[in-house]
Amino acid sequence: MEQELRDLYQELILDHKRRPRNFREMADATRTVEGHNPLCGDHLRLFVKREAGRIVDVSFVGEGCAISTASASLLTEALKGKTVEEAEALLGQMVELLTASEAPPDPMALGKLGVLAGVRDYPSRVKCAMLPWRTLEAALSNDDAPTAISTE
Amino acid sequence: MNAPQRVTTWDVEAVRADFPILAQTVHGKPLAYLDNAATTQKPNAVIDAIAHFYRHDNANIHRGVHALAERATIAYEAAREAARRFLNARSANEIVFVRGTTEAINLVATSFGARFQPGDEVIVSAMEHHANIVPWQLLQARTGIVLKVIPMDESGVLYSEELAALITPRTRLVAVTHVSNALGTINPVAELIAIAHQHGVPVLVDGAQAVPHMPVDVQALDADFYCFSGHKLFSPTGIGVLYGKAELLESMPPYQGGGDMIRTVSFEKSTFAPPPQRFEAGTPHIAGAIGLKAAIEYLERLDRLAALRYEQELLTYATERLQTVPGLKIVGSAPEKAAVVSFTIDGIHPHDLGTIVDRYGVAIRVGHHCAMPVMTFFGVPATARASFAFYNTFAEIDQLIDALQRARDLLV
Ligand SMILES: Cc1ncc(COP(=O)(O)O)c(C=O)c1O
Repeated sequence: MEQELRDLYQELILDHKRRPRNFREMADATRTVEGHNPLCGDHLRLFVKREAGRIVDVSFVGEGCAISTASASLLTEALKGKTVEEAEALLGQMVELLTASEAPPDPMALGKLGVLAGVRDYPSRVKCAMLPWRTLEAALSNDDAPTAISTE
Repeated sequence: MNAPQRVTTWDVEAVRADFPILAQTVHGKPLAYLDNAATTQKPNAVIDAIAHFYRHDNANIHRGVHALAERATIAYEAAREAARRFLNARSANEIVFVRGTTEAINLVATSFGARFQPGDEVIVSAMEHHANIVPWQLLQARTGIVLKVIPMDESGVLYSEELAALITPRTRLVAVTHVSNALGTINPVAELIAIAHQHGVPVLVDGAQAVPHMPVDVQALDADFYCFSGHKLFSPTGIGVLYGKAELLESMPPYQGGGDMIRTVSFEKSTFAPPPQRFEAGTPHIAGAIGLKAAIEYLERLDRLAALRYEQELLTYATERLQTVPGLKIVGSAPEKAAVVSFTIDGIHPHDLGTIVDRYGVAIRVGHHCAMPVMTFFGVPATARASFAFYNTFAEIDQLIDALQRARDLLV
């Protein structure tokens, strides 16, 4: 019991829940997208600053459960400094990691982000982990894409 | 800590034996099903009645002369009579079978609301389920009615006396919940109805969370419409009841068109059957109605006042024990509550709580409980909610408290 729950709520996740990284608004963001999970009321605002094809800064604010907060926090850490192509590739891998029914990528290959793989055993929680990534997807797409997304 | 000895004559173990689903383990722990406000479990009497119907009597109703069709029709109409008895309606013709509370309110908004004019008003309360908000907003979009709201205080009690001030000559209906699913508050519906009637305004009562806990008499309340869902009353999903006073139902146009609701049909014009058939287009959920009848008869065999007293003891015990959990805040502290407790714990999102206590066998609801305006009022995105039925035990409350402590150990 304890062990299964600890696979979901690993220390790294708890650490990012308690002290979310890059948890701030960004006045000079080039793109801001709202993400919302109507099922549980979680919402976050993701700020992305792009310069010459590279993500030079990324941050978020919002309110959510441990899983969505940690997922957002880990996302911001992983993305900073990446090119848009690298970010898109990472997004693709995370979608696979969290949602692919068979042959998901090896969590170890994703570094810290691999800790989120624990949600695979909690189908009702996959949306929580996915929320920041779905929001990122909207933020990376072209500029006339919606500025608010919902996981439903 | 063990539950104190309670002075109660309620034989909970005997009642639990009637509900086969309760005797199971979840993640290796005994199931503590504390999500009864979402849906209740079904006693053997209900499960068996449905199985018996499909094994022996299944046929369509109101349209066959063969033996099975007659049996099915008699059983379906007997269910209507059981629902009449359950609510103490004057006539079984005042009982319309619907899919549930949501459909009942949509029916009233569509049919009773068909004659509303732009500027006419409907008054709801600050603690409504979305099912008693959105149908009125759809009507608002169709016809330009005005939606007004009876406010509530910080403990989750309605300012009932405000109702008189909200009513104007344009007010066509007051639609209020009997018991709040998010807060547990029992509203003084008799008083609200009396105020509305002084101004000649009819009242719809959403009884979804009331009928599982307390006897309801629509004549004593003088309710104009009263509705509930079978699945929250130990019956199947997909069946529910709309009670409407005969003179109101008779004045209302059909809700949906189809078979069973007509008197004559030609391509030029159709004439409609009287209520309740006018509002029951198409083949209904026959087995559901039969299951509902079995549930009502099951409840009639219980001592409902003893059940209510027992649930109130569960509520008191749960409230006391929850308050011992550090950082826990109860949302909704009305003096009159049904056995429903909403709460938050500092530093733990309700969604995480739900996942963790589930691993300890405890089923609770987490989220906005389809009452987003209530969440907004209390400034929380969501709450956790434990809701009890007469088959729950003090030990299950201990199990909940223990699981909440473990959630704190893990996350705080
Ligand atoms: C007070 C209240 N009204 C209406 C509903 C809607 O009931 P149903 O989904 O069965 O139509 C519910 C169910 O949660 C409720 O608690």
